[in-house]
Amino acid sequence: MGERMLLRGNEVIAEAAIRAGCQCYFAYPITPQAELLEHMAKNMPRLGRTFIQAESEIAAISMVYGAASVGVRTMTSSSSPGISLKQEGISYLAGSNLPAVIVNIVRGGPGLGDIAPAQSDYFQATKGGGHGDYHMIVLAPSTVPEAGELTMLAFDLADQYRTPVMILADGMLGQMMEPVELPEPIDVASLPAKEWATTGAKGRDPNVILSFDLDPEVLKRMNLALQKRYRQIEAKEVRYEEAATEDADILIAAYGTVARISKSVVRMARAEGIKLGLFRPITLWPFPYQPLKELADRVKTVLTVEMSAGQMWEDVRLGVAERANTPFYGEMGGVVPTPRRILSEVRKHAS
Amino acid sequence: MPKGMLIIDKERCKGCGLCIVACSHPVLAFSGELNRSGYNVVHMERPEACVGCGFCALTCPDVAIEVYRARVPA
Amino acid sequence: MPVSTEKMVKVFGRPGSLTEARFTYCPGCHHGILTRIIAQTIDELGIVERTVGVAPVGCAVFAYLWYRCDVIQASHGRASAVATGVKRANPNLIVFAYQGDGDFASIGTAESIHAANRGENITVIFVNNQVYGMTGGEMAPTSLVGQKTTTTPDGRDPALFGYPIRFSEMIAQLDAPVYVTRQALYDTKRIMDATKAIKKAFTNQLEGKGYSLVEVLATCPTNWRMKPTEANKHVAEVVTKVFPLGDLIDRG
Repeated sequence: MGERMLLRGNEVIAEAAIRAGCQCYFAYPITPQAELLEHMAKNMPRLGRTFIQAESEIAAISMVYGAASVGVRTMTSSSSPGISLKQEGISYLAGSNLPAVIVNIVRGGPGLGDIAPAQSDYFQATKGGGHGDYHMIVLAPSTVPEAGELTMLAFDLADQYRTPVMILADGMLGQMMEPVELPEPIDVASLPAKEWATTGAKGRDPNVILSFDLDPEVLKRMNLALQKRYRQIEAKEVRYEEAATEDADILIAAYGTVARISKSVVRMARAEGIKLGLFRPITLWPFPYQPLKELADRVKTVLTVEMSAGQMWEDVRLGVAERANTPFYGEMGGVVPTPRRILSEVRKHAS
Repeated sequence: MPKGMLIIDKERCKGCGLCIVACSHPVLAFSGELNRSGYNVVHMERPEACVGCGFCALTCPDVAIEVYRARVPA
Repeated sequence: MPVSTEKMVKVFGRPGSLTEARFTYCPGCHHGILTRIIAQTIDELGIVERTVGVAPVGCAVFAYLWYRCDVIQASHGRASAVATGVKRANPNLIVFAYQGDGDFASIGTAESIHAANRGENITVIFVNNQVYGMTGGEMAPTSLVGQKTTTTPDGRDPALFGYPIRFSEMIAQLDAPVYVTRQALYDTKRIMDATKAIKKAFTNQLEGKGYSLVEVLATCPTNWRMKPTEANKHVAEVVTKVFPLGDLIDRG
């Protein structure tokens, strides 16, 4: 492992991308992820790599599309309103089987919202925010070091499955400073060649990157191929964390910043005799339905806590499938729930 | 022997007639013959007048015309 | 008709950079001429193995069927941004974006202007036929005043829809572009001029000079409701009055 540094979440994501071999980064500034852009602006040219402050979010994701077509590792980042603009490009990336990493440092919405932390882009991220039948792999870190680890992983998964991968964090994670031990940079030359990339038709037939066919039967086959890959991802790439679940009779289901806060709540609840555990999805898509289902057989209640009006809650209810009670507590507009507030919700449901 | 000669790919021709107008000598005309797509294809009405200038081919939007010129004796 | 070419030498044939696939364009459409010119240029420069074309949305969406080089199909209007990503990721590639007037000068306005303003070392071919061909003949940003389209059935009224946009002149105001020119294809002289311009635009990129834009006035006989020959005449006599031909910038 590499050196230990005190860094903001945004900087860690940027630095991890560099160490994962991100060759081209394109973005448009937006709060609360500006430090990510600034880190890339400072460091990418120094390494002989590409940084462009694009004219818009749409341009940035389109540049990602171009760089991904050539086969290099590429990334863009933004926050909620900017991610809305990128949906066109994300749908095209998915449709054209292109690997890319997209970072969303979520802020309050809808509309312009505010610049405070939120989790209200869950639907957009996990259910296909753009048009067409597609998914992205969505990774949700809950600490600054984990943001770095998942960013490294995101590039590998993107290449492996030829799919866009999203890092879904929030303004709190982006701004928070923590000691981080950054991994060693990968050797880009050791990555497998991308035979499909548009690198010039030398000694081979032309490669074509496209997401369309006007023949419905052909487009159906293209869609079936995507769906087949999604089933593989669902089978192999589900990631989650459990904390204090062994003897729990009530669970909090939470991800990202809220999961981190909820770990304190688990300690507080246990101190007063409530057998509380935590279930934390790390992949929001594919969602860990099966492990949640198994846990739900052993507990009375799964309390979903989110900084939204109840978006992941829908997936929790799908996973729990009435095996347990599924109450919800959420904050909106950039309000971060305090451990005490969450604890009082837990008490309501503790037997 | 004419100075020029054209090979017109009848199945590529869409009968737009731009080559007829582009021809510096009146060589080309609609043949009245329909290709598989139903287009009235162009043919060399006066092949003896062709000088192989290639204007027809330059103008053809479907790259349906090949142009040949008589070899100049060495 | 049996033809003998034994004693003859071929002086014009299909460029090697074109596939055998037939164009999907309507009879008389200039897209075909332009596609052939680009392929011929790629042949002459010997760059088919390192060329990447970026195709637009619109009638040219099928470009990947026709070239023997790698092709990327971009989302509507973003071809110049996609080309930027390709070229930055691999500067050894020769990258051209092929965009219609809706793609380049309407929905892609920001991407088009800013790729030019950054002086991206790419070649952009901008096909201006003053109408939206594929969707059914709607108004383009370049439609002429009074032009009847399916969305301006009484003719384009500037009070409602503004004036035909001279986008290349806007690009020519920028400091970065190396070469900005407007060409046409309505007769053999213009076709030869356009061929030279396109070759220059590719050569500039090969020599690392920067951004080149070739606007090409093209016809859309189908949606103009004209015969191909009438459409050519219309470009020569009417369209070129609004969109004058010639080089706007040549800093090569």
